[in-house]
Amino acid sequence: MLRLPRFQYHAPRSLTGALELASRHANEFMYIAGGTDLLPNMKHLLFEPPHLISLRGLRELDFIEVQGGGGIRIGALTTLTRIAESDLARRELPSLAQAAGLVAGPQIRNMGTLGGNVCLDTRCVYYNQTLFWRKALGYCLKKDGSQCHVVQSGKRCVAAHSADTVPALITLGAAVELQSPRGAREIRLEDFFSGDGVKNTVREADEIITAVRIPPQPRGRRANYTKVRIRNSIDFPILSIALAVDFREDGRTCDNVELVMTALGSKPRRIGNLHGVVEGRALTAEVIQAVAHQAHRQAHPLTNINVDPEWRREVAPVYVRRALERAVRAG
Amino acid sequence: MKVVCTLRVNGEPHEIAIPPHWTLLEALRYELGLTGSKQGCDKGDCGACTVIVDGRPELSCLTLALGAEGRDVRTVEGLATPQGLHPLQDCFDLNGAAQCGFCTPGILMSAAALLEHNPSPTREEIKQALAGNLCRCTGYTKILDAVEQAAARLREARP
Repeated sequence: MLRLPRFQYHAPRSLTGALELASRHANEFMYIAGGTDLLPNMKHLLFEPPHLISLRGLRELDFIEVQGGGGIRIGALTTLTRIAESDLARRELPSLAQAAGLVAGPQIRNMGTLGGNVCLDTRCVYYNQTLFWRKALGYCLKKDGSQCHVVQSGKRCVAAHSADTVPALITLGAAVELQSPRGAREIRLEDFFSGDGVKNTVREADEIITAVRIPPQPRGRRANYTKVRIRNSIDFPILSIALAVDFREDGRTCDNVELVMTALGSKPRRIGNLHGVVEGRALTAEVIQAVAHQAHRQAHPLTNINVDPEWRREVAPVYVRRALERAVRAG
Repeated sequence: MKVVCTLRVNGEPHEIAIPPHWTLLEALRYELGLTGSKQGCDKGDCGACTVIVDGRPELSCLTLALGAEGRDVRTVEGLATPQGLHPLQDCFDLNGAAQCGFCTPGILMSAAALLEHNPSPTREEIKQALAGNLCRCTGYTKILDAVEQAAARLREARP
């Protein structure tokens, strides 16, 4: 039995109400939406905020809408199930719908929200444990300790970024809209992650993600998402791959490939140096092999997940190749 | 300090006094005496605490009791009627789909939510719907058989 630490609970009915509470309880609160990531972490005493401000009552943030220019905006309180089942998302943003439909299991997708998934805490075999377990090891860099057990001399936490929707959203060029008592701002999702697992996003504690904005997609784009995990349900990824391939009008010649992998380090990794490999070429076996080779060179899994990092590195190009082959066949 | 929490469980309103940090599962089991929903892993892995909230299966161990206010909660205790067992319960019995029985209430609720949305699920759709519920005894085959049989019975009962 895992008990939650004590806190006071607040259930505002509007964004304004939530921001007022945030000002009143500054530095002593956390926001909670679906709760599927925060509550297990609180049960492990990784967070003990005196106040929880629930965002569940902010129905104004539950929507999927087409914008004037053809982009799509999704409210942060939209559940992962709703995104996975949305006809609009499946048609226009298939990799995002696939990713949302592969998060954890059905119950958690019914509870978990897009904003929550974007803010998912990083995960590590030495971190997601009870207080008893962590204390026995002398704690770790991410919580209460000074030593990293993954990279022994490491000064930066390398807990794994594990959110499924994020790599898909980055390949689609998405941005997040944030609101705090101090004002609003928008930031590209690619710039949202800091690369330090202790606090791996640039979101300030009082900022609420209100929506994710996905710009209009290129006409010939084909996107998909691959999640590698031990069981085909419930588990977090041990490797995940989001792909977007832009084809020219002939449906064969490739203009560009966006490839983002995660569950490696504490931020999603965009695989670089692909443009020169693919531009103006058909995705033949050799070209696909060259892209897979880049993924292999640039992917560096760590022992932050309880699955052999060397194996994870060796399968990365295999899954990248299969994802590219799926994109070719989808034409 | 305790606070007043108003829950609607199996169609009945309840007003209870609980600490704000209690989960829905704790409120159900330790305040309302509804011990059908099981406390398994208590951190969202196993599905033994699954209840139906506003028509969808959710995990009561990761739902705050106060967060369930104003929502419609159904537990395994609400499945049977005075006329008898729910077809799912009857078919679990007939097929030997429960062994130790610990996972059964959660699986029944995931299956009940499925059949309410989709009266004729394929075997694959049943597997997907139960993918968040772990069973360590049965190997799942008899559970899938039971859900298929219950779906057929429910379809016959509906003209």
